Amino acid sequence: MLDRPIKKVPALRGKTVVNLFYEASTRTRASFEIAQKVLSADSLSITAATSSVQKGETLLDTARNLEAMNPDMIVIRHSASGAPHFLARHCRSAIVNAGDGAHEHPTQALLDALTLRQKRGRLQGLKVAIVGDVLHSRVARSNAWLLGKMGARVVLCAPPTLMPPGIERLAAVTHRIDEALEGADAVMMLRLQLERMTGGYFPSTREYHLRYGLTEERVRRARKDVLILHPGPMNRGVEIASEVADGPYSVILDQVTNGVAVRMAVLYLLLGGGEAAA
Amino acid sequence: MTRLLLKGGRVVDPGRAVDEVADVLLADGLVVKTGARLPARGAEVIDASGLVVCPGFIDVHVHLREPGREDKETIATGTRAAAAGGFTAVCAMPNTEPVNDTAGITQAILERARAEGVVRVYPIGAITRGSRGEELAEYGDLREAGCVAVSDDGRPVASARMMRRALEYARAFDLPVIDHCEEPALSQGAVMNEGEVATLLGLRGAPAAAEAIVVERDVMLAELAGGRVHVAHLSTARSVDAVRRGKARGVKVTAEATPHHLLLTDQAVKDSDYDTATKMNPPLRSEEDRRAVLEGLRDGTIDCIATDHAPHTVDDKKVEFDQAAFGVVGLETAVSLCLDRLVRPGLLTLAQLVGLLSAGPARVLSLPGGTLASGAPADLTLLDLDRRVKVDPARFESKGRNTPFGGWTLRGAPALTIVGGRVVWKAGR
Repeated sequence: MLDRPIKKVPALRGKTVVNLFYEASTRTRASFEIAQKVLSADSLSITAATSSVQKGETLLDTARNLEAMNPDMIVIRHSASGAPHFLARHCRSAIVNAGDGAHEHPTQALLDALTLRQKRGRLQGLKVAIVGDVLHSRVARSNAWLLGKMGARVVLCAPPTLMPPGIERLAAVTHRIDEALEGADAVMMLRLQLERMTGGYFPSTREYHLRYGLTEERVRRARKDVLILHPGPMNRGVEIASEVADGPYSVILDQVTNGVAVRMAVLYLLLGGGEAAA
Repeated sequence: MTRLLLKGGRVVDPGRAVDEVADVLLADGLVVKTGARLPARGAEVIDASGLVVCPGFIDVHVHLREPGREDKETIATGTRAAAAGGFTAVCAMPNTEPVNDTAGITQAILERARAEGVVRVYPIGAITRGSRGEELAEYGDLREAGCVAVSDDGRPVASARMMRRALEYARAFDLPVIDHCEEPALSQGAVMNEGEVATLLGLRGAPAAAEAIVVERDVMLAELAGGRVHVAHLSTARSVDAVRRGKARGVKVTAEATPHHLLLTDQAVKDSDYDTATKMNPPLRSEEDRRAVLEGLRDGTIDCIATDHAPHTVDDKKVEFDQAAFGVVGLETAVSLCLDRLVRPGLLTLAQLVGLLSAGPARVLSLPGGTLASGAPADLTLLDLDRRVKVDPARFESKGRNTPFGGWTLRGAPALTIVGGRVVWKAGR
């Protein structure tokens, strides 16, 4: 679709979508906006920094006021886990979770799965290592759910301080990156959330890079045709070396392209699909 | 003077090991006697047949919010809720605005309680001025003004040195020190229990150890200081264990547990889809913890059931889970929950439950009541074990509607609440 000369179809003409972003976002917001424009939905984006949130308006009041203008869907990104569930309980519009706290980021997992399936033709039986700050990562949780359900073998890897208790319920866990990478079909690196690193989870970014960073040398433990993923934004030289991020096995930009397709699908199924939407 | 005769009820008075059908005669605000076929002799007669007649229930952990947060609760509404829930006395936590850390505030609370209160109100003073954890409050004055204990509830006493001093100094006035046991460095930013459920929900958790570490500390400090420590809303297996071992070696430690920690686990946060009515501190814990707390109640490690009644406005709760206020209301649900979910399945006997709600709390804070012995205050709770109730927060007497039990259907409920020989509440008015 994005390769066509005219990147627009009328599927969602007359539908209104509000993108309500309480957290900084480049990729996800742009991706949702482009998906909306391609499908001809009317959309607007509101960011916390420039909205009445600054005047102390509550999330519920903001959402209700927006709802009074009769949108068909609200796409929300929020730092509080469960914020989309809270809105869904109190609002009529369809609510789409564009990332909530450390809980979930469903469309990210869908686009990651799509990327893996495009490149490998399947998800079943793939060994996928998810490496980095699992503790704060909604991407890790959503991917562990989705890829696990689709039959991939997910291995989570982090220092014990960045591994939340009970996560074994979702996937295998290791604290050794070499073990996680051994024979992996794909490696998903997580962003080290430096802005949340006030808790003394590890001694220094230097040691983190040495012990948990993805370097070219480490990549060799994985399969030759390994795929390297990263949800962005990257801390180059911390969780991932530039040579790896920009290397031949990197599908990081394919992920971004696929993000638009996945979000188009989500929008279409929830808003436009008529019978198919059920 | 007013005389009241309760005829033909099943009298359950665990402090005296009484469980028999009998009449109870009350006069001049006191229990005159209990016995078979007592003559009325001009007393007003209440037919108590089919009902259970108990010493008045005492809740040692209630937030009445007045002064300062009358939007959440007042002494009038909070004590009405207590009466409707079968409680004849409540202990009022000092985390009001201002904090109850001086005799003047204690007196003001008691005056308001005399004027507008429906049940007895026993104020609890602060451990430290402003509950800031820095300097001791004036316990002598607080005691004289009517405080029955000291606590910085909601604000853990972080410094072991301060806790030691409080336990030592409180001995001079025989005041129990009630601690909200929590190591803040371990629970910072937490909104629920740490564990698998929090991990899957992406919410920040406080580990059970954050509580148990401080319970262990307090038991040791009470041993060192020779004071009386009471552990508020104990919620973890390790905390029960610490209290049990402390008691075994003679430390003056007592503890309470709440109905919500006895009946719910952190799974409720997930099952309710982040309903903020499941957010309180200490948080709902694991199934293992819940069972251990129940076992502690059964074997006598835990001395009483208290509600930690914490009313909040709708606005305090109708926000994102991370932002919501901690706390649940409990006065109007506790008795029915315990009857239906603890006594009916045989986890506690009726006598055990009545003891945990009357003699137990009276003993913990050395309060009058908790017994139907001759000469005791005429505070009684009558129960109807067959009455079915559906928890409907919209009909609470409390201003707070924040309960995770809304919609629950329960069998067994308070029928009549008597304070000082006067009926202050009756079911189905």
